Amino acid sequence: MSPRDLFGAAMRGLGANKLRSLLTVLGVSIGVGAVIVLVAVGNGSGKAVQDRLEAMGTNLLTVSTTGGGGGFMRGQAGPSAQQYALTMDDAQALADKQLAPDVASVAPVMTSTGTATNGDTSYTVNQVIGTTPEYLPATNTPIESGQTFTQQDVDTSQRVVLLGQTAATELFGRPGSAVGQTIKLGSVDFAVLGVLASKDSTGFSDPNAAVVVPISTLRATQAGYGALNQIVVQAAGKDRVDVAQAEVTQLLTARHEVPADQTSPFRITNSAQILQTSQDTAATFTALLATVAAISLIVGGIGVTNIMLVTVTERTREIGIRKALGARRQAILGQFLIEATLLSLIGGAVGVGAALIVSRFELAGVQPVLVPSSIALAFGVSAAVGLFFGSMPAHRAAGLRPIDALRHE
Amino acid sequence: MAGDVLIDIRDVTKTYGIGETAVHALRGVSLQVQAGEYVAVMGSSGSGKSTLMNILGCLDVPSRGEYWLDGTNVARLTEDQQALVRGRKIGFIFQSFNLIPRTTAIANVELPLTYAHLRRAERRQRARRALELVGLADREDHRPNQLSGGQQQRVAIARALATGPRILLADEPTGNLDRHSTDEVLGMFDELNSDGRTVVVITHETEVARRARRLIQVSDGRIVADEVTR
Repeated sequence: MSPRDLFGAAMRGLGANKLRSLLTVLGVSIGVGAVIVLVAVGNGSGKAVQDRLEAMGTNLLTVSTTGGGGGFMRGQAGPSAQQYALTMDDAQALADKQLAPDVASVAPVMTSTGTATNGDTSYTVNQVIGTTPEYLPATNTPIESGQTFTQQDVDTSQRVVLLGQTAATELFGRPGSAVGQTIKLGSVDFAVLGVLASKDSTGFSDPNAAVVVPISTLRATQAGYGALNQIVVQAAGKDRVDVAQAEVTQLLTARHEVPADQTSPFRITNSAQILQTSQDTAATFTALLATVAAISLIVGGIGVTNIMLVTVTERTREIGIRKALGARRQAILGQFLIEATLLSLIGGAVGVGAALIVSRFELAGVQPVLVPSSIALAFGVSAAVGLFFGSMPAHRAAGLRPIDALRHE
Repeated sequence: MAGDVLIDIRDVTKTYGIGETAVHALRGVSLQVQAGEYVAVMGSSGSGKSTLMNILGCLDVPSRGEYWLDGTNVARLTEDQQALVRGRKIGFIFQSFNLIPRTTAIANVELPLTYAHLRRAERRQRARRALELVGLADREDHRPNQLSGGQQQRVAIARALATGPRILLADEPTGNLDRHSTDEVLGMFDELNSDGRTVVVITHETEVARRARRLIQVSDGRIVADEVTR
């Protein structure tokens, strides 16, 4: 019996009870659709988190000091706070290629708050960031219009400022028109050199509300010559972040003569680690959703078995006739296997189609991102489900003795 | 062809079940049928004639004894080989027609040809010829439920003939037919036999049995009479 004949016989078998076939197909398509959509939702939420973190800069280490908690325990509060404060010299040492070869760039950061005014318009800037030009590329903050300040501006304490999107909008209405204007920060005039590109919020503070000035200028006009708030370190590569972190820790420990038995007073936040953690979380989330969906696919498969068992029982006599007419075991097995596989393949195709449509919409606040392999997998699994769950009924049909099958009423 | 021993059954017994509940359907039957014969097997219900028919048709195997069909010992064959023998050498005609439902007459006739791995075009051609032979060429696209009992049985005869089998094996072929259709079907058997086809009819109706040339009577699992009637 040729494949075409088997196919024809299977199609007739399915057509004999359309509603039943349709419901079985529906069961499988829900299973397949659920797998694809839920994996896409998991993937989408993972992608969203990843995008937000990547906007922060993936090779980024943020060094800050905790003030040497250990010192208080021993009653040495005063000196330890001083001892562990981050300085401009620390930043310079970290930038030294000899001492820390895996560090690409270093930007010291001091922050303060202030009020910016443009004529009558004033805006409270809760983050005035004083830093060096390396800060912008390290934190993945591009300039939208105008230009950034240079090292020379830092060296000569130029009164120039870069405005965040929100700050520029508040002060000038249109961010584009801010470049070239002058604002007052506190009581000092600053020339607006550029406007930063808009950025997704990554944490508690809105990066668009910040303004950036040369660190020397900030020290001279606003914040004074105290300790740095943090040092932003960019590792030389994505895979060198851990090495860079070790180098930074070692260098700072040595420079500040931290006793070996004391916990490190420096806190180093590693953006790659945060990214990894959130990716792991997203992967777990996706796996959980996929498991739930897989269960519904199995339930759909059991539906195929169920319907095929009913079909075989119903058509026992037909099987007997076929056998009397010379049908071999293989021919009967093939007919019912193809029937079961067709059910689940049609179900799979419908499920894939439905999933493609559904995943265009935002689900539970997440824009699903389709995983091509999940489509192939779900479709393949649905075919396998047909073969697997159809094999038991088909074997039962093929194993019937012609004499018993013919007597069946 | 006439004169060849087509069916050779040697001391066949068939027992269902074991121990005290065992039923001895056949208790040692020996029988030879030559090619071209027209044989009727008669017996009351429970006589073992249906069991005999099942064994003759390779639908069932004997518990003991040998069955040589056209030179092959059928009892030794595997299930698939038996299916092959059924498809090639035997054409079945059943009391209840046994057409596949929801399938056109021609597709029904084609079915054994499909299992014999014939090409599509040749299948169609042979099935048409068989339907013409039984006078139903104009009904080839009808489904069984659109045909009368007599017509259904004629489709079944066409199906049995399509593969060109050596033996036509009919089990109570007129049991579900009216007078007129019975005459038609029996007339067809006469015709096929006079063309040289071997026909074996199992029946309990004397009227049907009378048409055969040889009458075998079965009772209580044994052959009790075997005579050439005409």
